Amino acid sequence: MIQPGATDPAAIRNFCIIAHIDHGKSTLADRMLQLTEVVDPRLMRAQYLDRMDIERERGITIKSQAVRMPWKVREGERAGSQAVLNMIDTPGHVDFTYEVSRSLAACEGAVLLVDAAQGIEAQTLANLYLALENNLTIIPVLNKIDLPAAQPDKYAEELAHLIGCEPEDCHRVSGKTGEGVPHLLDEIVRKFPPPVGEADAPARAMIFDSVYDIYRGVVTYVRVIDGRIEARDRIKMMSTGAVHELLELGVISPEPVKSKAIGVGEVGYLITGVKDVRQSRVGDTVTINSRPAKQALGGYKDPKPMVYSGLYPLDGSEYPDLREALDKLKLNDAALVYEPESSAALGFGFRCGFLGLLHLEIIRERLEREFNLDLISTAPNVVYRVLMEDGEEVVVTNPSEYPTGKVGEVYEPTVRATVLTPNDFVGAVMELCQGRRGSLRGMDYLSADRVELRYSMPLGEIIFDFFDQLKSRTKGYASLDYEPSGEQAAELVKVDILLQGEPVDAFSAIVHKDKAYQYGTTIAAKLRELIPRQQFEVPIQAAIGSRVIARETIRAIRKDVLAKCYGGDITRKRKLLEKQKEGKKRMKMVGRVEVPQEAFIAALSTSESAGDKGKK
Amino acid sequence: MAAALPEGDPVPSDGALPSPALEGLGERGFGVYIHVPFCASRCGYCDFNTYTASELSFSAGDYVDAVLAEIKLASGILAHPVETVFFGGGTPTLLPTDQLARLLDAVRDTWGLAPGAEVTTEANPESVSPASLKALREHGFTRISLGMQSAAPGVLRILDRQHTPGRAIAAVEEARTAGFKNINLDLIYGTPGESAADFESSLELAIGSGADHVSAYSLIVEDGTRLAARIDRGEIAQPSDDVAADRYLAAEARLSAAGFEWYEVSNWARFEQARCRHNLLYWRGGDWWGFGPGAHSHVGGVRWWNVKHPRTYGQRLASGVSPGHGREILTASERRDEHVMLAMRLASGLPLDEIDVSKVEDGLLDVRGGRATLTLRGRLLADAVIRSLLT
Ligand SMILES: Nc1nc2c(ncn2[C@@H]2O[C@H](COP(=O)(O)OP(=O)(O)OP(=O)(O)O)[C@@H](O)[C@H]2O)c(=O)[nH]1
Ligand SMILES: C[S@@+](CC[C@H](N)C(=O)[O-])C[C@H]1O[C@@H](n2cnc3c(N)ncnc32)[C@H](O)[C@@H]1O
Ligand code: SF4
Ligand SMILES: [Mg+2]
Repeated sequence: MIQPGATDPAAIRNFCIIAHIDHGKSTLADRMLQLTEVVDPRLMRAQYLDRMDIERERGITIKSQAVRMPWKVREGERAGSQAVLNMIDTPGHVDFTYEVSRSLAACEGAVLLVDAAQGIEAQTLANLYLALENNLTIIPVLNKIDLPAAQPDKYAEELAHLIGCEPEDCHRVSGKTGEGVPHLLDEIVRKFPPPVGEADAPARAMIFDSVYDIYRGVVTYVRVIDGRIEARDRIKMMSTGAVHELLELGVISPEPVKSKAIGVGEVGYLITGVKDVRQSRVGDTVTINSRPAKQALGGYKDPKPMVYSGLYPLDGSEYPDLREALDKLKLNDAALVYEPESSAALGFGFRCGFLGLLHLEIIRERLEREFNLDLISTAPNVVYRVLMEDGEEVVVTNPSEYPTGKVGEVYEPTVRATVLTPNDFVGAVMELCQGRRGSLRGMDYLSADRVELRYSMPLGEIIFDFFDQLKSRTKGYASLDYEPSGEQAAELVKVDILLQGEPVDAFSAIVHKDKAYQYGTTIAAKLRELIPRQQFEVPIQAAIGSRVIARETIRAIRKDVLAKCYGGDITRKRKLLEKQKEGKKRMKMVGRVEVPQEAFIAALSTSESAGDKGKK
Repeated sequence: MAAALPEGDPVPSDGALPSPALEGLGERGFGVYIHVPFCASRCGYCDFNTYTASELSFSAGDYVDAVLAEIKLASGILAHPVETVFFGGGTPTLLPTDQLARLLDAVRDTWGLAPGAEVTTEANPESVSPASLKALREHGFTRISLGMQSAAPGVLRILDRQHTPGRAIAAVEEARTAGFKNINLDLIYGTPGESAADFESSLELAIGSGADHVSAYSLIVEDGTRLAARIDRGEIAQPSDDVAADRYLAAEARLSAAGFEWYEVSNWARFEQARCRHNLLYWRGGDWWGFGPGAHSHVGGVRWWNVKHPRTYGQRLASGVSPGHGREILTASERRDEHVMLAMRLASGLPLDEIDVSKVEDGLLDVRGGRATLTLRGRLLADAVIRSLLT
């Protein structure tokens, strides 16, 4: 039997596909969906599991997706036997490593995919190490063997060397043509261990994802560890003790399929009608109210935000809408944190923590398109810890709150960065890393021409435009991964930007003292271009404390009058005035200065964006 | 290309007005505008509703018949003696004088002209002659507005004007000889390539011509015009607001020194009686009926506008239907916005109990005698002042 709730755990294989970004995880998943015939051929489309508009537009996976697929083994000693595969397609971008680690915790095996034309990249390493930490069985797979540029022999060698197997153990597939995929599915059944759990114990299921859906409310994804959950059960959240009626239970295949129950080792979804986003948290354990488990499962470490930015509604009256939208996104995204804050320049908003710039960009875009909000986001920054001379400690997530008193030491977060590069570019990479205050911690040859460089670096130096710089200095060949590694004391200063002598909190930044001048002149020059001329002259200054380090002036506007004969067409004139009034509403008043929203957005955007791929 | 008309509500097929609009007709003044949509050639900067002969298969006679039909339609809707008549264009003087006379006669016969009525026609300098001017005067025209634009040959060329620099000045003299006392010259400043000296000499000549009124407009690059396309292609520089500001100051300096006084941001007159009463009617929220293709009208808070194309206009009237394309019934707040928007630009300004002058930056308003008026700098920033007052 392979009905949910009635499947022998021995027939179940839970695995995820992990890889460096773009190595073809979602495309391989497509072939699996087709071979196992869970998708109607007429509905098939490329990267089927990338369901969000934003994923399809950018061609990247942001959210993990779990799918239940039946598979009848075709060859080998198990030929003819029925298996149930729970496959999880994961994201590849470094910002979403946390998403990968949650998926790994719901699996016994991982398919480690490597693009046979690219070889091992930084996230190949990072994700492999994560899988090993979770004690998963690994199947190494070389993908894209159909490409003329593919060098499967060369990279089989590299991959085997990395995971300590023989080159022949590396599977060769093409997600594009489907070659090798049936064999891989057989191998998954053969090699990955089935889940183990106590069928008769009180139910325990781990929430590994939780999504708000406007039609169905909160949809909770779980992996059952012990016992079973039935459609008629009342479930209980172990962290809060809250009890909910189940409205629906089922599996994703790859669309939701209602079922009667799910048992040990199975992955499924629960709908309770809960609307409050905080009642169904990722990492919590679900049990049955009538026979509750005593001990919750391990849970997940909360992801730590790496960058902070203030998000403000353009229209101040949308503040409550923004709060509600953040609450909803938070449900699907444990990594998103936020706290209300206010800015003299921007009004009421939220200081939000993100996993990285791509994460920020995506949240912002989702807030705008899914919740119809117009937002300003302030310049992203990392978190600083400031020790005052009197021993007081201040944690700064917003540069404008940098303490003004006697500052002792300032600590900034650091990362362990791994750069993989062809050895031709080692010099260029080292130069870049040194310029970003990095210190070399190690260097290894993964193969004759591929080098792994390990650096310790301030997070603030790596998070903004480092990746683009790295790509441009290595003709696109280097890849980067990083993980937090603690903090270090540094000589940092706060640079304020003043309009007409008034500091604009949204533009303050904390930068290394050697880069303060550059930051100040760049922002001041940008603002001069971005702020329209006013009825009076507007000086723009960049200052450290009371010391001005850069200065620009916006000359006063001299003519702002429509001096043309419109005859009796007063309507046209009034419409024009209404349009101008509308435009004026989109201005933020900073003291007496009208600053267009666009100026905040443009001045605060690093010229480079977070996307690792040019696919926008 | 002519600028698009606003959208709006439909106009009833008989052209009827809501009765509240007709209350107090005449208390706000009543005028007639007649739009003549013909030009000998289209100037590159112009987006007025006008057509050259090659663009139209519509004769002057057809056009006049259609306007006469619209006058007939209007005669059934409202009645009041007419205080000002304004023939605008296009180039009204491209019509034979007797056709212009037919139109004016129809207005006179329908509603009567109030004693001392002002009757203006716009004219291109090359489109008038001593004889035509004399005929116009004899038919009852009291005022003529000539599109001089500039006295600099290079500027006239960039503006695609057909007349020579001296022609506008000569036309003023001819108009005076024909008996016109009220003569206006239109100037355009800020044309790319125009030097400060070019504009000074245009002013000098305009002042010396004997005209008693000058309108000076800054060149506006309207979307869809040939000028806009040439600027986009980089053939002509973008006009600069800073230069336009300098030119405006020069106009004020020269004109005021010569005894002209500004009474609206773009208009100067030698004495009170020289001011254009018809335009003042627009700016003071008065009532008028605009006849002809694309003409705009206002009566008691209702604004409407006719279909643009002369052919459609003619067809509508031929089938007995109002040529109104759309209309709007102004809300109280729209009326107030318009009132501030129009009155603030006048030298008479606005009474202090109607506006909050504290919203306006210092130095832009002159506050005295219970009224606020624009200062010289305020005139250059009039739109900003109005925005401040209305937001
Ligand atoms: N030629 C060829 N192209 C492939 C193959 N597999 C994937 N691609 C292409 O590689 C690109 C990336 O594929 P995806 O499946 O989106 O990669 P991914 O690993 O899911 O990417 P992320 O989710 O962003 O990490 C797409 O343009 C695919 O069409 C393959 O086997 N052969
Ligand atoms: C309705 S037009 C027509 C008058 C007449 N046909 C002529 O051109 O002499 C009235 C005046 O508007 C001004 N004008 C037209 N288009 C303009 C523009 N794009 N920018 C500034 N002034 C303009 C010109 O000064 C013109 O004389
Ligand atoms: S002559 Fe006057 S109305 Fe005709 S196109 Fe030129 S500016 Fe426009
Ligand atoms: Mg993907």
